[in-house]
Parts: sequence; structure tokens; C-alpha cells
Amino acid sequence: MTTVAPEKVQVEKGWIGESVPRKEDKRLTQGDGVFVDDVKRHGMGYLHFVRSPYAHAHIVSVDVSKAEEIRGVYGTLTGEEVAAVTDPFFQIAGVPGGQIKDYALAVGRVRYVGEPVVAVVAESRELARDASELVEVEYEPLTAVVDARRALESEAPVLHDDAGGNLMWHGVYEWGDLDAAFAEADQVVRIPELHFHRFNSTPLECDGALVEYNRGTGQWTIYTNNQFPGFAAIMMGPAMRCGLDKLRIVTQDIGGGFGNKITSHPQLVACCLLARKLNRPVQWTEWRTDFHLSMSHGNERWFDDTEVAVKNDGTLLGFRTKALDDAGAWLRYEPLGGVIWSQVTPGMYRWRNIRVDFTQVATNKAPVSPNRGYSRLQHLWFTERVIDIVAHELDLDPVDVRKRNYIRADEMPYETPNGCVYDSGDYAQMLDIALDLVGWAEMDARRRDAESRGKLLGVGIGSTLDSGTNNFGQSQLINPELQFSGNNEVATVKLDIFGEIVVTLGTAPQGQGHETTAAQVVADILGCSLDDVDVRVGHDSYWNSHAGFSGTYASQFAVTGLSAVKGATEMLADEIKRLGSVILGGVPVDALELAGGGVRIRDNPEAFLPFMACGAIINANNAGLPDDLDVTLNCRYVYRPPFQVPDVERKFGNLTLTYAAQIHVAVIEIDPETGYYEIVDYAAVDDCGKRINPQIVEGQVMGATAQAIGAAMHEIYEYDEDGNLLTPNFYDYHVPHALDMPPIHTGSIESPSPFTPLGTKGMGEGGGAGIHALSAAVQDATGKIVTSSYNPYQRVWELLQ
Amino acid sequence: MDVAVTVNGTTYERDIEPRKLLIHFLRDDLDLTGSHIGCDTGNCGACSVILDGKLVKSCMLLAVQANGAEVETVEGLSEGGELTPLQQAFSDHHALQCGYCTPGMLMSATALLRDNPSPSDEQIRKALQGNICRCTGYWNIFDAVKAAAR
Repeated sequence: MTTVAPEKVQVEKGWIGESVPRKEDKRLTQGDGVFVDDVKRHGMGYLHFVRSPYAHAHIVSVDVSKAEEIRGVYGTLTGEEVAAVTDPFFQIAGVPGGQIKDYALAVGRVRYVGEPVVAVVAESRELARDASELVEVEYEPLTAVVDARRALESEAPVLHDDAGGNLMWHGVYEWGDLDAAFAEADQVVRIPELHFHRFNSTPLECDGALVEYNRGTGQWTIYTNNQFPGFAAIMMGPAMRCGLDKLRIVTQDIGGGFGNKITSHPQLVACCLLARKLNRPVQWTEWRTDFHLSMSHGNERWFDDTEVAVKNDGTLLGFRTKALDDAGAWLRYEPLGGVIWSQVTPGMYRWRNIRVDFTQVATNKAPVSPNRGYSRLQHLWFTERVIDIVAHELDLDPVDVRKRNYIRADEMPYETPNGCVYDSGDYAQMLDIALDLVGWAEMDARRRDAESRGKLLGVGIGSTLDSGTNNFGQSQLINPELQFSGNNEVATVKLDIFGEIVVTLGTAPQGQGHETTAAQVVADILGCSLDDVDVRVGHDSYWNSHAGFSGTYASQFAVTGLSAVKGATEMLADEIKRLGSVILGGVPVDALELAGGGVRIRDNPEAFLPFMACGAIINANNAGLPDDLDVTLNCRYVYRPPFQVPDVERKFGNLTLTYAAQIHVAVIEIDPETGYYEIVDYAAVDDCGKRINPQIVEGQVMGATAQAIGAAMHEIYEYDEDGNLLTPNFYDYHVPHALDMPPIHTGSIESPSPFTPLGTKGMGEGGGAGIHALSAAVQDATGKIVTSSYNPYQRVWELLQ
Repeated sequence: MDVAVTVNGTTYERDIEPRKLLIHFLRDDLDLTGSHIGCDTGNCGACSVILDGKLVKSCMLLAVQANGAEVETVEGLSEGGELTPLQQAFSDHHALQCGYCTPGMLMSATALLRDNPSPSDEQIRKALQGNICRCTGYWNIFDAVKAAAR
């Protein structure tokens, strides 16, 4: 079944828009969820990875014999074996980054502390771990490079000889007329260096899989918590030299993802190879320390030599900067971060002249991968820093500078300098709401009150965007040879024999409540209750309800997933009516309606055919039906957003379909003696278009806020000069606890997207608004320019010295 | 080592390795997979259970230490599939998203409300401090516990 652009339907009343409790909650509150580590199989072996203790070293030799001699150890896998039976993973980069050779285990060399070198499988978790200690790996240590700013120096150690250096990707983005903008400017604000730090969202459940291999068919079944099965499959299949139908990927309940569970394909390949080699199910559950050491750090980024062209009244004309992105040791999803940021090139502002010289390098640190707000939050933090630094330098009010430069509601849809089309929104109104929520009118009095108590009060604004529903054509701006573009998601909706309404999706939710919101859409179209709709949990390749981009990532379910559900349900509704037309005596289809759990004649509601009868007739009692009645009651729909391939030369085109917006305001009080500070007031205002379930939206807003506060104040993946991670667990990596959370006021407006079938916009990543707001608040309170996204108490104290 | 541990009213006799953690005993030996593992340092609280009336992190105890003890896990909270008022409050207040921390949160809140059926706001927040949630930002969990308190 292919797709056509669905007709826009505005649902005025029904389940859509209601904060109904979630269908997921009954099992999850009773301990009946099934997470990946809960899946068990007879005779399964537990996998443990032997990991590199060095940031950079040659592997001289690997000896697994002592481990394999232990009773209860089922077997091992080495990098050498992996290199013999698989091909390197497909690389998104062209030259030079694309020349690197990345395998499921380290081959010949290790490039970061914690890199998997050998896998050991044994009858228990404990034994696998013990046996790993007996694996003897001889290393020849090499010098490590951990600071991205050193990576391109001539004496820097090179991670990947195949790439000829540590440069992974470089591109220059330029739109508008920079020379004219700087000539017109009254002032040029210069910012030598800004630094966005390395952290990630640390989902509470780590990565894992249980993999079975079927010798007869050569097929693997991979129970996993990977959140982007479409991507995992296209990475794994070619590497493992098999067609994708040999990879059945199944997800069920997933304990948080936030992008961090997209790039587990190397570990999944190791599990697959061992399941085949040992001829038994292989179970892998990552330990927390392993996750911190090796999985999906967020992109660390430097912005150097920034210059901003600005008028004396605060009108922003343009900027230029050099972005340096630290990819870590491997390109597992990179260098896509080198283009993803440009979905939100101007932030929320009207400047038209922008130049970003973007460089990505490899370092001896864990590989980066998408993390909530992926690549856009780094850039949006940068644009927000620019706004506040400009306000500081010109002695202007940051509120005034924002309002003067925000894209206006009457300019929507707004085409950005690089061809992205912001679909709808009213940023100035959102800012007013947020300021009201923190009591902006009384802020001067509160500032004086804080001073009287020896505290420094600061107010900071984070204006940010959550661009959603990627046009994968943007990958061609990174590498014109790539053959990816557009996007898609699949749903099936069927009416089964006893009238069960069963929905399957290609998505892999991790707490976003897809079962509930999908059911809300289905129930409105079919005229039934939520309890009548059974949305299957997670993703399963056997359902045939997936396509190349299936998964749950990048703020898109409310668009891609729900549009697929809507499309499939409308097809089913049409089929039910056509069947009803026959059974109810040849009444015209347009005289029928779906209501009360069946189809009926609108003007004669007693002429009613319940769904159970429909399901039974088609599936089990179909003799005598007209030959031309083309009805299966099992409908599959592929939603395909309306995208064009971007102009690669100009780096121009619409890169995402929707642009949800968030404006946060943080009010802090700093103790100048110690640098300790508290958030004393906080507002988060969200606009994600039409909300299917406002309570779920608000939950995402608050969760994203907590993560942003944690990132701004406490969370960092910091390395020493030898490449040792200093925060490899929750002792040292402090995520917010219940007592760390300030009271949060939430607000919202709804600017429906004109481009999506339900008026929805993807949301959930949140654009890192809290990070931006806290950087600004620290600057406001201290009067010192804040140049880092990471502002723990000691940094604030240092600022004040 | 032979142990006899009573979990949710059922006594299980097993021969286990002395080094096995209580959480692995519950999850792997008894297949009570409601209690979860989110860290390896005792910080996250996803494995929280009640042992002889006291809230404990079951990854910080050896299974043999539970010999002769009575353990309550999330699976024992409700009867006949009906949610308890606390579980219902978690759903009503959208106090869970992925649900991975939820069993531990529920056990912490259960222990709190047994000791102190009418806790103050500060007491609720302190009672949840040992449990990490990465999805909700905690306030909805706080609201749920408060709603379930008397």
C-alpha cells in the first residue's frame, strides 16, 4: 500500500485533545511491563564485554583460552573473528570520515576507554563477568587526544589512519550577504569562544538484547530496546551480509531512550554473531558503568571567533562562527550532527545573514550519538548565548532584544535563510506568558529583596525550537552520494474476527504513551471507546508495519506515527462502510456512519451492524459476498511527509516538517560566597500545535526541563588528559533527584501545524530550553558573560572571582 | 547455599550462589521482574523493595541476607489486578512515562505512607530522593503520592 497526502481533518470533539489516563499504566504500575532484561529463554547465555582500559592503544594480542576453559563458559568472540565474518558498518560520511572501518568489536586498536574488545558468554551473569577477567589482552598504549581543539594539530595522534587524520567532516554553510550585513551593522559583537559540554540523558534502563538464531532459516530474532529499529536494521544487515528479512527486531517496554538507544547496532551484531556461533540464545544487559563509558554521549561543541552584526537598537542582522564538534572515537550516527543543527539555523530570530564553518573531529572519547535535542540544542544554546551577550554588550534588555528579533506570528509560515519553513507559532506571546508565570512585573522588587538577603538574583530566558519529522534528504548535505530522503512511518489497523480493533505501528516508544494517543485517534474515527482499541506494544518486524525510518526518535510520533494511524483507520472505516452498505441492504455508503462500536444508517440508527459482525463476516462467514467487494478489514497505511530533496549546492531546503516551540524562564538566587544557587522560580511554555493528550505533552515538557536543569547544573562526561572518564556512574554523574527540582509553572498555546494531517507537531525533545535559560540567569545574576553550557556551583563561584 | 525467602507471601526455597544479589535472585531465580536495575552503585532505587518492613535497595543486599526474611515487591501491591489507590494515583497524575523507575517509586512511597500516612510535602520529596526518574521531572510523582496520602 502506498500513500497519498491525507486530507486535513480538524477533529472538534471526541477523544483527541483529552487528557485520558494512559493505557500503558495498568501493567507498568503493577510490575507487569516487559522490558528487555525480563525476556528469558531456555539455555540462554549471558554476554559480558571485555572493555579497553586505554583511551588509545594497539591491540598486540588477545588470548581467550583461559576464559574458555572455565566450566559454564559457553564461548567468546574476538575482534579478529568479527572482522572475518562481517563487513565494516556503512558510513554516513563521505571522504574523509567515511573511510574509517567500524566493526562490532575493536579490531587491532582501541580508541576509547570502555570500548568493547572481546565478548564472553557464560551460563550466568556473574560467571561471564568473572571469565572476562581471564581474557588476556596485551596492549601497546598510544598517546590519546581528548580535547577536540587539539585534534587537528600536526602532532596530534591520529585515531583512524584510514581517514588520514582526525578530521571527520567539514562544511561551510553560508546564506544571505554577510559582507553587507557587517557593513550595515552599527556594532560588531565578538565572542572568542563558547563551549557546549558533553552529557547525555542517561535513560534509567541501560541497553540490552536477547538474540535467538534459527539455524533452519538463518534468521535472527532480536528482542531489544533499540529505539530506531529502521536504522539498526540498515546498519546491521549489510555488515552481517544478510538481507533485512533475516533480522526480526522486536521491542516491548523500553525504560527511556532519549536518543541514547539509537546506536546499539554494534552490540546487537556481537549478540547475533554469538547466538549463531554458540547455537543458543544470547542475552546482553549493559551495566550502568558500561553505558556511561561507551554509549551515546551528546555532541560536545565549540563555537569559536563568533562575530555578530547588530544595530544599536538591538536589531540582529547576522552572525558568523566556527563550530567544532567532537564526535568521539567513532561515527555511529555522525556526522549527521553536522547538518541536523541547521534545521533551526536562525533559532527563533529574523536575521538573514548567517555563516557557520562546521568541522567535526574524532577524539579518544566515547562515540557521540543523538541525545534529546540532538545537535539543535547545541546550536540553539549558541544562538541564545549570542542574544544575551549582545544584550549585555549593548546594555539592552534581553526581553526587548528577543521581542525585536523574534519571527512574528503574522510571518508564519516563515522561510528561514536556509529554506526551512517554520510552520506556525507566536513566540512573543509565549514569552509574555512565561514572564507572567514567574511574576515578571515584580522582578525588580524581588531582586532588591534577594540583595537584602545577600543573594544575587538572576533571570534567564531560553527561547528554543523542537524541530520534528526529519527530511532525511538533509543527509545529502553531508554526503551527496547518500540515497536517503524524506521520511515515513507505518501503521496497520484491523478488525479481527470477534470485532477486536488491533493497531500495530513501526514505532518503538520509550514512555511517550503511543498506545494511548494512537487509540485516541482510532477511537475518534471509528466511533468507539478507547477500551475497544488494542494498540500492540512496541515494534516487531513480523507485523509488516514498518518502513526504513521506523522508530521513535527526533520528535515525530504525533506527526509520522499518528498520521499513519489516521490513514490506516480511515481506510478501515471506509471498508467497514462498504461492507455495511452490502449487509444493510444496499444503502449508499455516504448514508452510513460509524458510532457506538459499529456501522449504522445515519437516519435509521437501529439499522446497525456491530464491529463484531463485520469482523466475523469478512474473516469467517464470507460466502455469498459480492465479487467486487474489495474489503479485508486489515488496512496498512504508510505516511510519507511532503518533502523535496534539498538543494545540496546551496544547502537549502525544508529539513523538518514541524517546529514546536518552547520558551522557558528561570529565576535563580546565587550565594556569592560559595557560588551555590537555587532555582527559585521557573516557567515552561510550550507550543506543539494540536495536542492529542495534553497531560502527556505536559509530562514531556516537565521531563525535558528536568533533564535540562540537570545538564546545566550537574551532569557532565568529563575526561582526564589520558582519556579516563571521571563520571562513569551515578555517584559521580549527578542526575536530578526529587529534592533538586524547583517548582515549575507550565503554560501552553496551540498553533496547529498547517502541514500535518492532525495539526500536530512533534515534540518531546524540548530543545534544551532549560540549559539556555540557566546560562542566561547565571549571566544576569553575576553580570559576567557565561561562555559554557555547564554551570555547576564551583564554576559560578569562579565567575564571581 | 540454601535459603528460604518469603516474597509477597510465598516462601521460596532455593540453592543459590552466596554472591548473588537479592535483585538478581528476585528477577532471575523467581522471575519477579517488576523490580528493576538502573545502576550498579545503589544510587537509582529502581530495585527498591520492602524487607521485613523496611525499605531497601535490593541491589545492595546479597540474596543470602534475605534468608528467613519477608520481602514485598511491586508484584505484591495489588490484588486481583485491581490497582491500589497509590497505583491509581500514579496513573491519574501521569506519574510515569517509561515506567522503569515506577516499581521502585511505588515501593518507596508505600513504605513512606505506611510509616506516615499524612506526610508533609518535604517528607514526600525526601522519601523519593533515593529513586531516580529520568522521564517525569518528579512533580507528577510527588502529586500522586500526595493524592494517595490521607
